[in-house]
Amino acid sequence: MDATRNIQLSDEEVEFVLNDVMDLYGYDFTNYSKASLKRRINRLISNDRFPSFAEFRYRIINDKDYFSRFVEEITVNVTEMFRDVTFYKTLRQQVIPVLATWPLIRIWHAGCSTGEEVYSMAILLHEANLLHKSLLYATDINPAVLQKVREGVFPLSQMRQYSENYILSGGNRDFSSYYTAQYNAAKFDEQFGKRIVLATHNLVSDGSFNEFQLIMCRNVMIYFDKQLQDKVLHLFYDSLEQLGFLALGSKETLRFTDIHKNFKQIENKEKIWRKIK
Amino acid sequence: MYELLVIGGSAGSLSVVLKILPHINRSLGLAIIIVFHRKNSEDTSLIEVLSRRTDCYVKEAEDKDELQPGTIYLAPADYHVLIEKDRSITLDDSEKINHSRPSIDVTFESAAEVYNSSLACMLLSGANADGVEGLISARKRGALILVQDPATAEVPFMPKQALERVGVDFLVKECNLRECPIFKSDS
Ligand SMILES: C[S@@+](CC[C@H](N)C(=O)[O-])C[C@H]1O[C@@H](n2cnc3c(N)ncnc32)[C@H](O)[C@@H]1O
Repeated sequence: MDATRNIQLSDEEVEFVLNDVMDLYGYDFTNYSKASLKRRINRLISNDRFPSFAEFRYRIINDKDYFSRFVEEITVNVTEMFRDVTFYKTLRQQVIPVLATWPLIRIWHAGCSTGEEVYSMAILLHEANLLHKSLLYATDINPAVLQKVREGVFPLSQMRQYSENYILSGGNRDFSSYYTAQYNAAKFDEQFGKRIVLATHNLVSDGSFNEFQLIMCRNVMIYFDKQLQDKVLHLFYDSLEQLGFLALGSKETLRFTDIHKNFKQIENKEKIWRKIK
Repeated sequence: MYELLVIGGSAGSLSVVLKILPHINRSLGLAIIIVFHRKNSEDTSLIEVLSRRTDCYVKEAEDKDELQPGTIYLAPADYHVLIEKDRSITLDDSEKINHSRPSIDVTFESAAEVYNSSLACMLLSGANADGVEGLISARKRGALILVQDPATAEVPFMPKQALERVGVDFLVKECNLRECPIFKSDS
């Protein structure tokens, strides 16, 4: 902590900012989880050393570039490859063999962040000899992260951890054969990137754009309130083929929405459901 | 009068929690959140170990869980735990705070905004300063501040910081738990 005054917005001030953002830029954050969103905004104000709320608000209203920064900083982009190893083990053992039966496999990574999850999936498909007939649609609200997905370059310093995750999730090849090391970066093989389709997509306001056999939306809806979660889960329902899979983050649940009746969780209790009706 | 107890602990705090739990009964009508700095979320055995010591229902916190009296919510590894105005839990996987996720500061601060003086915060043994900023905000909002006596803590740094920078309403020792204001059901 430095000497900058720590500004803590009131609920009302948060509403002001969210309404400005909606009116001027068309982004609707009003149904994000308030406690978390407020923390993000307070943090941004303090990191960017705004002397007052009024100055922060003025900047948002008058500087479009600063609004892009707002989106980048308000959303949380934390991610990793093979995050939650038992989840990926289940994908490998129970989901991929079912996907294999479709002639063309379409997967949607909603809220893909910088793409670590997408490349993990691509590796699983490659190892099951399915990559050539798969398309991975990677979408996010934040265009800056999608640029990273396109590059397929991740910090070399992470590779030790990712390789460990890969092995714990049931991988038995040489993980380092999937990337080339360049200075501090690991550049993943082109064969993966070729199967990835990128698009900005806002889960709050954009609709269904295809039908999928698997939708992954992990650690995205924790930032939404129940009402918005419910709405987005209906969007996923509408975008899934019959018997398609929906995968959420390991601390998320369908319990709070009426749509859970149309899904059946897989038996080992990983956060994967099938659309049954 | 107290509705939520948040317990924060790092190195050396599990053994203290195990001694405190027998004093936490359903009849107190408290919801409890425990924020430990720990690594492995797959560790379901911790839930079992805690359950054996209390008649409260012990579970790992999930996103949007509604805080219920008589239930203990354990913060999952790698997520911050925040509280919404409607008294439900929001999980958040943003940056570590004080090298920690979950961070005790985050939960103390967020709980204080909702619960004010019906909140009790307890900070136990640990080697970093996480929790202290949170106690400061909680105290401002009238929460009850409980800190483990550094003399009895396996790693005294964390409670010591709290005593120096925040002050305390009740100093927690093993021998005085019965007198602790939140464990008296008539309070
Ligand atoms: C914590 S990351 C999760 C990354 C990855 N799925 C994982 O679990 O590791 C959350 C992502 O959700 C995105 N996001 C937040 N709000 C969104 C929205 N309304 N529509 C689409 N993506 C959103 C953020 O930009 C961020 O990249």
